[in-house]
Amino acid sequence: MRRQVLPGFGLSLGFTLLYLGLVVLLPLAALGWKASDIGIAGVLRLFTSPRTLAALKLSFGGALIAACINVVIGLLVTWVLVRYRFPGRRILDALIDLPFALPTAVAGIALTAIYAPNGWLGRWLVPLGIQVAYAPPGVLLAMVFVGFPFVVRTLQPVLQSLERDVEDAAESLGATGPQTFLRVVLPMLVPSLLTGFALALARAVGEYGSVIFIAGNIPMRSEIAPLLIVQRLEEFDYGTAAALGVVMLAFSLVLLILVAAVQRWTRRWAEHPA
Amino acid sequence: MRTTRKPGRRAGIAQRTGRATIILVACAFLCLFLVLPLASVFVEAFRQGVHVFLQSLDDPDAMAAVRLTLLVAAITVPLNVIFGIAAAWAMTRFRFRGKALLGALIDLPLSVSPVVSGLLYVLMFGAQGWFGPWLAAHGIKIIFALPGLVLATIFITLPYVARELIPLMQSQGSEEEEVARVLGASGLQTFFRVTLPNIRWALIYGVLLCNARAMGEFGAVSVVSGHIRGLTTTMPLEVEMRYNEYNYVGAFAIASLLALLALVTLAVKSALEWRYHGDMDMSADRRH
Repeated sequence: MRRQVLPGFGLSLGFTLLYLGLVVLLPLAALGWKASDIGIAGVLRLFTSPRTLAALKLSFGGALIAACINVVIGLLVTWVLVRYRFPGRRILDALIDLPFALPTAVAGIALTAIYAPNGWLGRWLVPLGIQVAYAPPGVLLAMVFVGFPFVVRTLQPVLQSLERDVEDAAESLGATGPQTFLRVVLPMLVPSLLTGFALALARAVGEYGSVIFIAGNIPMRSEIAPLLIVQRLEEFDYGTAAALGVVMLAFSLVLLILVAAVQRWTRRWAEHPA
Repeated sequence: MRTTRKPGRRAGIAQRTGRATIILVACAFLCLFLVLPLASVFVEAFRQGVHVFLQSLDDPDAMAAVRLTLLVAAITVPLNVIFGIAAAWAMTRFRFRGKALLGALIDLPLSVSPVVSGLLYVLMFGAQGWFGPWLAAHGIKIIFALPGLVLATIFITLPYVARELIPLMQSQGSEEEEVARVLGASGLQTFFRVTLPNIRWALIYGVLLCNARAMGEFGAVSVVSGHIRGLTTTMPLEVEMRYNEYNYVGAFAIASLLALLALVTLAVKSALEWRYHGDMDMSADRRH
């Protein structure tokens, strides 16, 4: 190895590690330490309580459904934005990031205003028996909203760089449009769809701001796991809050590892296609 | 050239109607799903006229919330810019063991629930937290005060600048900087004259995203704030408090300011992407 020409290795790495240590690692250690406070019995009591289980089921189950919906809609929207030219396309493209840019509390009250029984859409949906606001579908809607940009933005660059020749070749060999899409295009999009799915899922599981307004927060019915953490903190029950936090954090870590694995697999596949 | 395919007139028409339907469905969905909520914020804010709108903003608590939000962002963003540059420099200019792990650690806050992020700091500095008794004995307040708000916001926005810089600096390589060094430039000269001009657009992009998130953060800040009116309520928290008090116009008035911030952020972001597409291409696939 040749000598380093560029300066600042010690300084930049040292500062990075110090900053991460203070802002990320030390607080994570505090989480582990506090979670162990409630002991095995406390953990068992917490995770056998029907209210906790209902909240975890809504958070994880809802996020899973929301991420699936986002994959389907995200694929459709990305396809239209990348493949077709029509007036207003640029504005729509810029608007995709709205759920990133709009503060979650604002999104929450706006969605609630629209789907409440007297809202723009709620006044038509509620008489039909479709209750969105203050019910589980509202939680789902908010989760789809916050996760939406992840699928589009991971898919977009991949779809843009896709060679059109392959599709032309498939069609010239007699494949129909749907056949070309399902057998040729879709397989190439699978890794980015998976990544987008995992990112949208991670975001939806932990989402708080946009969900609590529209959810109505009815125990056992429309109460999400992050809200349980907030409630335990308000009662100064740090141990239980920390234990719930550990569960949510562990889930995020598993998803992160999954995303990294998908990306490594894609890279290897791109370098040495089987 | 698609000379091999000879679509009949009927196939052409079918294809065109299919295409129009797909475009229409996608546009209708985006309008219903994105444009409608955005529009409703402004409609609700002005529901009782401009006068009431202005009145609900001309209020000491609203002003305090705006000031606090700006203050938190003014502390958080520069710190995360320094961190982002240092992290990108270390990650892209040197080889060391554990680089992948460091990268994962930088990305971690993006996938942690905002509530859990806030919880981390309560467990450290709260009344019954790790340093709680010591802080109380020395009369230092972190949770339910400005330092807690700043810490939680730093955690949430930590990855934004670094994530824009790392892929760009990786793809640019270090040749230019090495040449500058060999020609006798000092470390600082190399950084300010060579590195900084090369990364300026990505840096602005990162600052923009970091700032938007810092000003709009709700979950993490809500956990550490304590909701003390006029003291620890940022704009998103003030929105929540007014909403819970059934002061809908007041809540949507502040929400409309935040929505405006989001629109400006999106406009500048699109302008940057459109104008400096080449620079941005490298980071496009990691853009969140």
